[in-house]
Amino acid sequence: MISVEHLTKYYGATRAVDDVSFEIARGERAALLGPNGSGKSTLLRMVTGYFSPTGGRVVIGGVDMGGAPLAARRRVGYLPEQVSLYPELTVRRTLAFVAEVRGVRRGTRRGAVDEVIAGCGLTEVADRRVGTLSKGYRQRVGLAQALVGDPDVLVLDEPTVGLDPVQTVEMRGLLCGLTGRTVLLSTHILAEASALCSRIVILDRGRLLAEDTPEGLGRRLEALGRLVVRVEGPAGEVTSALAALPGVLRVEALPPDALPGARFVLLGPSLGPVQRQIGPAVVGRGWTLLEVRAETPTLEDLFVRLVRPSGHDGGR
Amino acid sequence: MRSFVALFRKELRSYFGSPLVYLVAAAFLAYTGYYFQTDLLYFVTFGFGVNIMENFWQLLFIDIRLVFILAIPLLTMRLLAEERRLGTLELLLTYPLRDGAIVAAKLGACLVVIALLLGGTLLYPVWVYRIQPFAVMPLIAGYVGLLLFAGTCASYGLFISALTDSQVLAGFLTALPLLLLWLLSWNEAATAGATLPLMRALSLFNHFQPFSVGLIEARDVFYFLFTAGCFVWGTLRVLEARQWRGRH
Repeated sequence: MISVEHLTKYYGATRAVDDVSFEIARGERAALLGPNGSGKSTLLRMVTGYFSPTGGRVVIGGVDMGGAPLAARRRVGYLPEQVSLYPELTVRRTLAFVAEVRGVRRGTRRGAVDEVIAGCGLTEVADRRVGTLSKGYRQRVGLAQALVGDPDVLVLDEPTVGLDPVQTVEMRGLLCGLTGRTVLLSTHILAEASALCSRIVILDRGRLLAEDTPEGLGRRLEALGRLVVRVEGPAGEVTSALAALPGVLRVEALPPDALPGARFVLLGPSLGPVQRQIGPAVVGRGWTLLEVRAETPTLEDLFVRLVRPSGHDGGR
Repeated sequence: MRSFVALFRKELRSYFGSPLVYLVAAAFLAYTGYYFQTDLLYFVTFGFGVNIMENFWQLLFIDIRLVFILAIPLLTMRLLAEERRLGTLELLLTYPLRDGAIVAAKLGACLVVIALLLGGTLLYPVWVYRIQPFAVMPLIAGYVGLLLFAGTCASYGLFISALTDSQVLAGFLTALPLLLLWLLSWNEAATAGATLPLMRALSLFNHFQPFSVGLIEARDVFYFLFTAGCFVWGTLRVLEARQWRGRH
């Protein structure tokens, strides 16, 4: 349904997206996962037709976005990262305007608007001005305007960013209810991508780093260990001593906290044996070992894993 | 087409949903009404009833033109600057609408408001005609000229509004050059002799002159349409700049 072919975007000399290709089948929900500045928004904006690519193309349901932009855009509903709506219009008026712009026929327009109002839980605020709504409700109106006219494809840029925990849960609930639609959403939260989507596309500095199912990524993460070690000793020397242990992929110093000693994070494919060697390595040099703790790897850790794979079990 | 109509209607609704347009209309009609009365007094006192076109209507048209210079920036400053400030431009540009349709809907709605303002002044000739009938065709030419003049100013205002997200700045930058051109047209003789022909060729005001005495000349019509077209073209290029700036 969405086909992204060798997509590249330059802003002047800056390369924001670099030769990215992937396909999303009809009815599939996919997440674009990556840290801030990885090119997610730029890529989504090319999928919605807001930006034209410098190279490559986007095809929506067989229609080339560059060749027939209006026909392609008619198939895409878009929720931008910063949801901006006309504050003076009511929710109903906003959605009626979007329905008309998207070419919903006059006879069916009212029904289409009522349907998304009910579907997005907006019934009680339907006649209030958008400018008076809370951020959570405005985000829902944003989603509703993307759904109006029943587009084949939904493109959602960070749909839960800036929402409080309750609103986030409600928003995820709404997104989970979008069965049968092709959805491409972006997020920087691994758990959100895994919970909502059946496929995850990982971007890093504009390049496609990996493409996998949440289960597949989970397996890669299981194989990745993360240890937090607290040591009293000279930070520079401790870092190099820990990095020298066999099986350690990377050592990072964490910012100091209220407790004594300095914290370090160790990453590696399997840190079980490493855990045993930490004690002798630290104590043998006359430093004090205060803590060794295993943690669940984060998205950043996954990036380290994908960017610097070790052995033959690594990523791309 | 349906998308264009939707946006055009929304633009009209946002004009008439805000108090600004009513304030502008009230001020516009108050000023033009004042000019109508004083110009008519002048004509009755000094015009000896000889040539109503030159001694009365021409004066009035030139005065209405000045009121437009003050009113139009207030009508155009909002058009794209507000969409930019709110951030609504991004969604608008992803709807199945051509950039050209967006510009046309906004300029079209502004022209409707301008036409309504001008329509309000039709009361004056109707009133005069009831007292003393006169040739109507030259008057129509004057109104055509006013519409062309105002439309050109509006397309300039739209272009300026596309450049900034500040309405105040957009209004100021629209009004300033128009007022400057008006001042220069007042004091043409004082400008350097070498630049005078060039200024005359470019001046919005000199091209308006024939209309105000009842003449519709092809080159003047072409001048206004061409100038307005240039600003519409510029507005489209500004919208397109998102492609290389990376933002709108």
